[in-house]
Amino acid sequence: MRTVIFRTIAPFLAAIMVLFSIFVLLRGHNEPGGGFIGGLIAASAFAIYGIASGVAPVRRAIYFHPMGIAGFGLFIAAVAGLPSMLKGVPFLTGMWTAIEVFEVKVDLSTPMLFDIGVYFVVVGAITSIALALEEREFD
Amino acid sequence: MAAESHAVDLSHAMFTQPVAFADWLVIAPVVTTIIGGAICLMTRKQTTLQPWIGTFVMALLVAIDAALLLRVVNNGPVTMVMGNWLPPFGIAFTVDAFGALMALVGAVIALTGSVYALVDVRTLSRRYGFYPLLMLLMTGVSGAFLTGDIFNLYVWFEVTLISSFGLLILGSSRPQLDGAVKYAFLNLIATTLFLVAVGYLYGVLGTLNMADIVRSVRELPDAAPIGTIAALFLLAFAMKAAAFPINFWLPASYHTPRIVVGAVFAGLLTKVGVYSLIRILVMLMPENRAAMSDIIVWLAIGTMLSGVLGALAQNDIRRMLGYLVVSGIGSMLVGLALGTADAVGGALLYAIHSMLVMTALYYLAGIMRRTGGAFDLAGLGGLYGANPLLAGLFLVLGLAVSGLPPFSGFWPKVVLVEASLKAGEGLLAAAILLTGFLTTLAVGRVWLFAFWRGGPLGTPDGAEHLPTARVPHETRLAAYLPVFFLVALIVWLGVWPEPVFAVANQSALGMVDPSAYLDSVFGGSE
Repeated sequence: MRTVIFRTIAPFLAAIMVLFSIFVLLRGHNEPGGGFIGGLIAASAFAIYGIASGVAPVRRAIYFHPMGIAGFGLFIAAVAGLPSMLKGVPFLTGMWTAIEVFEVKVDLSTPMLFDIGVYFVVVGAITSIALALEEREFD
Repeated sequence: MAAESHAVDLSHAMFTQPVAFADWLVIAPVVTTIIGGAICLMTRKQTTLQPWIGTFVMALLVAIDAALLLRVVNNGPVTMVMGNWLPPFGIAFTVDAFGALMALVGAVIALTGSVYALVDVRTLSRRYGFYPLLMLLMTGVSGAFLTGDIFNLYVWFEVTLISSFGLLILGSSRPQLDGAVKYAFLNLIATTLFLVAVGYLYGVLGTLNMADIVRSVRELPDAAPIGTIAALFLLAFAMKAAAFPINFWLPASYHTPRIVVGAVFAGLLTKVGVYSLIRILVMLMPENRAAMSDIIVWLAIGTMLSGVLGALAQNDIRRMLGYLVVSGIGSMLVGLALGTADAVGGALLYAIHSMLVMTALYYLAGIMRRTGGAFDLAGLGGLYGANPLLAGLFLVLGLAVSGLPPFSGFWPKVVLVEASLKAGEGLLAAAILLTGFLTTLAVGRVWLFAFWRGGPLGTPDGAEHLPTARVPHETRLAAYLPVFFLVALIVWLGVWPEPVFAVANQSALGMVDPSAYLDSVFGGSE
């Protein structure tokens, strides 16, 4: 798969896919999308980059070990349930707040935090599997 | 039965009160272990830090579960519905004394496991994630004991299963992969059957909340196929619990992983299956349990005897312990077969006893291997001369597992034999006693070969061939401390069983007549 065309295109493609995955993640609350599907898109971006350029550049690019990323996601998702403790409502109850950024109202919520956690779990776990599979092939 | 007439007013469930801070104890075991596991996963490469995080989180888990048990025993079952989606629609965690007690003992097992792992799990296995997997295993186990939603129970089973696959193959030796394949295959079939049964149940009742299932099952018309569903649940969980005749996966896999993994599995996994059997068949579908009672009696007898006969036939200590785990499951099934409050309480006591004793025996097998150099009875010998303390500990655990006084195995057996006789099941009582006798023989065989004999097979008797190896000084405390702790609990349960008896009775009554459980979920019927 290491053709010149693919190797040249892959980094750009991967960058766009990661950006798109974040877009899909953030629109997910009310429209199709969300953490799981966003995570899958990001993981396929890393997989494509890995197929084109080998596994080592991908590992360098994402800096953290994929399983560490998955652990971070799990941590965020679990913590997202805790703010409801302060309000006296059960675990994982959605909490909403809105802030103004440049005169645009942005909704922030614990479901979004949870979804970001899911995103990282999926990115970490699937990337870990994909990279392990790709490594075997080129060994 | 009093439970039949217990009316539930669903409209009460629609009123919500603020959640008391103490009610967070319901979800705390799951959240703590998830967060602990996530932190451990992120710091996977700090292999010296991992045991500290692991042990700290497990100690915290024991404290949380103890507080939860205390609260449940004093105030009755506690419910929390996730995300404030009200029952019966939201996922409810409902904790009664039965679940809280099992969760507490499970946490104690995990705590000893995370200490013993200092001896058994070296740097490489820590890098491959022993502690994160152990904590996520505890997430699954705690969740299964505490949840009040049958589909959620399935999810926790999956969490447990996936973590246990990871733990089982740490080390990646050939026998481990062989054992893991058998374990994974049989457990996946059981989990799938469980899921199928849940699907049918939802199709018939339209609800997954356990309290609501209790209510709906009572109102079903006679033609509803709930008996088939109950039989499916029995098959699925009997496989999980390693009941005869679908128990061959357990002795085929439990001797392959590291000794601490085998110990934790022996203490936790099959007991989750037994717990689910009791929860679903005794509490949710009592009439169908009564209809299948004759079959379960034979399952129990078959499990007890096939387990202990297998144990007698084995020369590898780890394999023998695997069969003893199976044999203990048979005794717990006695409680399920009879279904009376006495018998269910006896099964709960036996489960606690079995969790503590089997785990301690696995740890001890690990120490015997380090002292004598083998797991095989032919290769062991002279351990009494080499290490009298080890011999003493083994004797205590051996007597306990055989059900002899003054240790923890005695009282559950007394309760179960008495309940069997009271129910007119003389055969069942005879099987329990025969199993106890045969277990004594199996343990006595190990004692004779590994401890009393002068040296390994083929060496002359005397003191010349005593093993000289020791557990290395720096890990000796980590090896013996968990065993001492468990032995202390076992002696305590044998000498002063009243507190645990009281809690077990309360738990069993709550299982047979779940009015308080229903009130906790639906907000009371006052």
